[in-house]
Amino acid sequence: MEVVDHYFYTKEHEWIHIEDDQATIGISEYAQEALGDITFVELPSVGTEVEQFEQCSSVESVKAASDIYSPMSGKIIEVNTDLEEKPELINKDCYERGWIAKLELGALEEQSKLMNAEEYRNYLNTLE
Amino acid sequence: MNPYIANTEADVKAMLDTIGVASIEDLFADIKPHQRPRSFALPSGKSEFEVIEDLKRLAEKNRSPLTLFVGGGYYDHYIPAAVDSLISRGEFFTAYTPYQPECSQGTLQSLYEFQSSLCTLTQMEVANASLYDGGTAMYEAMMMAIRINGRNRIIMDGGVSPIYRKILKSYTSNLAIEFVETPVVHGQADRGHIRKALNKETAAVILQNPNFFGAIDDHSDLVQAAHSVGALVIESVYPISLGLLKTPGEMGVDITVGEGQSLGLPLNFGGPYLGFLAAKKEFVRKMPGRIVGQTVDGLGRRCFVNTLQAREQHIRREKATSNICTNVSLCALRALIYMCLLGRQGLVDLAQLNLDKAEYARACLEKIPGVEVKRSSPTFNEFTVCLPHDASAVVETMIDRGFAAGFPCGRYYQGMDNYMIVAVTEKRTKQEIDQFAENLKDVLARFS
Amino acid sequence: MTLIFEKSIKDRRGVSLPQSDVPVKAIVPTALRRKTTAQFPEVSELDVVRHFTKLSQKNFSVDTQFYPLGSCTMKYNPRFTEKVAALSGFAELHPLLPQLRHGERFTQGALELLYGLEQLLCEITGMKNFTMQPLAGAHGELTGIMMIAAYHKAKGNKKKYIIVPDTAHGTNPATAIIAGYETVSIPTGPQGVMDLERLKKALTPEVAGMMLTCPDTLGIFNSDIDKIAQMVHDVDGLMYYDGANLNAILGRCRPGDIGFDVIHLNTHKTFTTPHGGGGPGAGPVGVSEKLVKYLPISRVVKNSDGQFVLNYAYPDSIGYVASFYGNFGLLVRAYAYILLLGKEGLIETSNHAVLNANYIMQSLKKFYHLPYPRTCMHECVLSAVHQAQRGVHAIDIAKYLIDQDVHPPTVYFPLTVKEAMMIEPTETESKQTIDEFIKLMIEVNRVSIENPEQFKDLPRRMPISRPDEVKAARDLNTNFFGRALDGPSAQNKTAVHS
Repeated sequence: MEVVDHYFYTKEHEWIHIEDDQATIGISEYAQEALGDITFVELPSVGTEVEQFEQCSSVESVKAASDIYSPMSGKIIEVNTDLEEKPELINKDCYERGWIAKLELGALEEQSKLMNAEEYRNYLNTLE
Repeated sequence: MNPYIANTEADVKAMLDTIGVASIEDLFADIKPHQRPRSFALPSGKSEFEVIEDLKRLAEKNRSPLTLFVGGGYYDHYIPAAVDSLISRGEFFTAYTPYQPECSQGTLQSLYEFQSSLCTLTQMEVANASLYDGGTAMYEAMMMAIRINGRNRIIMDGGVSPIYRKILKSYTSNLAIEFVETPVVHGQADRGHIRKALNKETAAVILQNPNFFGAIDDHSDLVQAAHSVGALVIESVYPISLGLLKTPGEMGVDITVGEGQSLGLPLNFGGPYLGFLAAKKEFVRKMPGRIVGQTVDGLGRRCFVNTLQAREQHIRREKATSNICTNVSLCALRALIYMCLLGRQGLVDLAQLNLDKAEYARACLEKIPGVEVKRSSPTFNEFTVCLPHDASAVVETMIDRGFAAGFPCGRYYQGMDNYMIVAVTEKRTKQEIDQFAENLKDVLARFS
Repeated sequence: MTLIFEKSIKDRRGVSLPQSDVPVKAIVPTALRRKTTAQFPEVSELDVVRHFTKLSQKNFSVDTQFYPLGSCTMKYNPRFTEKVAALSGFAELHPLLPQLRHGERFTQGALELLYGLEQLLCEITGMKNFTMQPLAGAHGELTGIMMIAAYHKAKGNKKKYIIVPDTAHGTNPATAIIAGYETVSIPTGPQGVMDLERLKKALTPEVAGMMLTCPDTLGIFNSDIDKIAQMVHDVDGLMYYDGANLNAILGRCRPGDIGFDVIHLNTHKTFTTPHGGGGPGAGPVGVSEKLVKYLPISRVVKNSDGQFVLNYAYPDSIGYVASFYGNFGLLVRAYAYILLLGKEGLIETSNHAVLNANYIMQSLKKFYHLPYPRTCMHECVLSAVHQAQRGVHAIDIAKYLIDQDVHPPTVYFPLTVKEAMMIEPTETESKQTIDEFIKLMIEVNRVSIENPEQFKDLPRRMPISRPDEVKAARDLNTNFFGRALDGPSAQNKTAVHS
């Protein structure tokens, strides 16, 4: 199961890639595999303020729907509009082209509540 | 012995042996003695013949046939024989929800055709596979609008069926929804009141065409006004009238709902009926209820499946768009077959026939001394008259002469005790209308 | 198969309308007229009959196949109930007639039937009163929860939560939320019944009630049920019985006697009204004494002179939940069915429903994992976990069965059992039919060992193979005409095959 080294992760299988005071978020390989073929992504609106672990988006496959929680708080500054026409980008490339939103971060210290890649790998091993 | 049980005594014995218990009673050991019924005093069973006779006696206690001029959203249209014949096929009526698409293409394709027919009828982009009835469909549409724009103020025109309005109120009594009811003026939705009530908290304006009094309207201006403050418009329609009338799609309505009983369903003392809901495509993911979509199978052949199921309760559970589990497939099938038999020109001709007969009836009633026919707005096959006496009393007398003369407004509208709403369908002959008018004239004359 | 719209030939007609006999040709003002006609197909009556007859033949149904779809109760639908529902005194009765002044006298038979059915359902379930209004099971659930909310509101109770076990039907949590509550889910313990310790912890004073199916969706009757009811009552919570299906308990247990306050019944389950390809249903709701005054209006009452009337004068009522008096056409069928079976017939229904289910369970437990090895009620839940290890999942088994002309059991429900297959044979199936099914399921297991590849690309004998559901959701096409105001969309102009 691919886990990107310099990203951080939540127990709900979202990832966040922090670059200074901005970040990109998406869902992990584990999450996209569990959901199967993704058919629709409900993107957040640009300008929305989200709290850490607050729902900001949702992803649907044929027989499942999953809410996406923001790994950190901040303001949505950009969303991946490619997903509107091609939700399958999440299945094909969940860590790069399948990103969901970009955030202007509110509180950098929140990162301490997230798992780094190694912790996330260990966490995945505890799941079956 | 229950005639629908096939197991013989020998079968039962063999099955109990396999299970490894001595008697059927042993299988119920988990239900403890103190949990057993305190009473189960039901009558003994009867033969099929006896039950049918019992039920015939009950059916005959109902005053039928009456010559019906009562509508109120539920109309006495003719149902072609092929409708009943086709929906009686066991493959349709003893199947369940099409969970396994490979062995349910009959139901699934029918529902796709139903959705498509509803779309071309209303000129909306997407329809679901049906809801319980017109009233609950309106409730679902209201909740859908609230989900779409996150607001909670609902403006309801007084011309919307008072029965639907009562349903909406009881459903939302525990929810934070603000209702604003606007009056009907000269038969139509009152522009001034609605515009005044519209604001940025308004989720939706709910309208009806033709309205409860029978008036027809073009709501385009209200749609524009609502959209200018980000509110949606829900319009309830009467399917047969759409053979002639401006469609919700043409008016720019966001969500259309209605009662589909007029499309080949018997009156049935209130149900089962057919609720429908159609909307603009952009709102499809907020729609409640089942939706059938077209796709291909492994060999690239066209086929149909339940789609967008991620909205529904069996997947979303507490986050579902609605708690609805099923639709009314068999009623939707009835409506579809009816629409197919009617065909493109048939719908137009039927609507025209209804309109002509109603206009004729209106003219006949107008000639009766003391009867005032409301002509402030055009109507379709239902219109309101003002009588010189209490309409309830007049209608009661008319029933004894074999006519259900109309629906008295006083039941639902204050200060309208003398008003009566009269509906005329293609089934009413000129002779029946003439006799209706003569009898009404006579009854009114005797009143004074 | 070709769509009916694709069979359309200009100017063909399928119905004869009466000629106008009135000397009027009315005109709708232009501004109020539609511009283009609806594109209904132009077909003959024979075209329509053939089209829909052919479509029907692409369905599985109880009339044509064994249909052990768990939790859905696909029992035989006796034909005489169709005959009584079609009696013109019922089918042609306008629902507004009793709302005319003294109008009840024109519908005495219909009102008597509703009253009589209420009496029968009360005796069957042990409830105090019933409303016939709810139009389906889930609609009944909403009605029930609304009454619970009204009860707490009247008492000034501050309530927030509805407890729902993890095995519950998906409609339960969805209903609770729509009625304004939050849900708390309680897990199933190792015996297949609710974990009482977890329940105790969840039972705070803020609990408004609990929604429960009993027997639950695992087919197990929880012998602690009255204890649970007591615990919930102790915090002034109310007990909701998701009585969709009474098939296991007719004459053996009444929800009203063991502490339930509200119950809904799906008439298509216990009382065999036809499923119709997914509705219409009917969902009468019964209540205990505590909730009687909150029942929806109208209610049918028998006056001292023997006349039946509709009474609206209940100030505490939750109001209208449907336009009229319920799905009357289905209530007629249910009433006729109960009259025919009578007391003994109803008890026999449960006897054979439970016998058939246990017979299947015992016969198949050597071949399929049985997660809760104990007596089941009207349905049993097996798991395909062993077969899944060989690459044959519950869905593959379902498709195999379809190819063998048997409707599959409910698969992947309840959610708490992996690879679940929920089998409900019903009382109307014979030992011989069930034996054929058992033989088939044993064969499925054997093939899963010997030749699991054989499950690939099933079914093969149906009109279609497995559909591409991902495409259906991504390239959404739910309307032949595509965009509303234009003609047929481009995708449909080219994609015509039958």
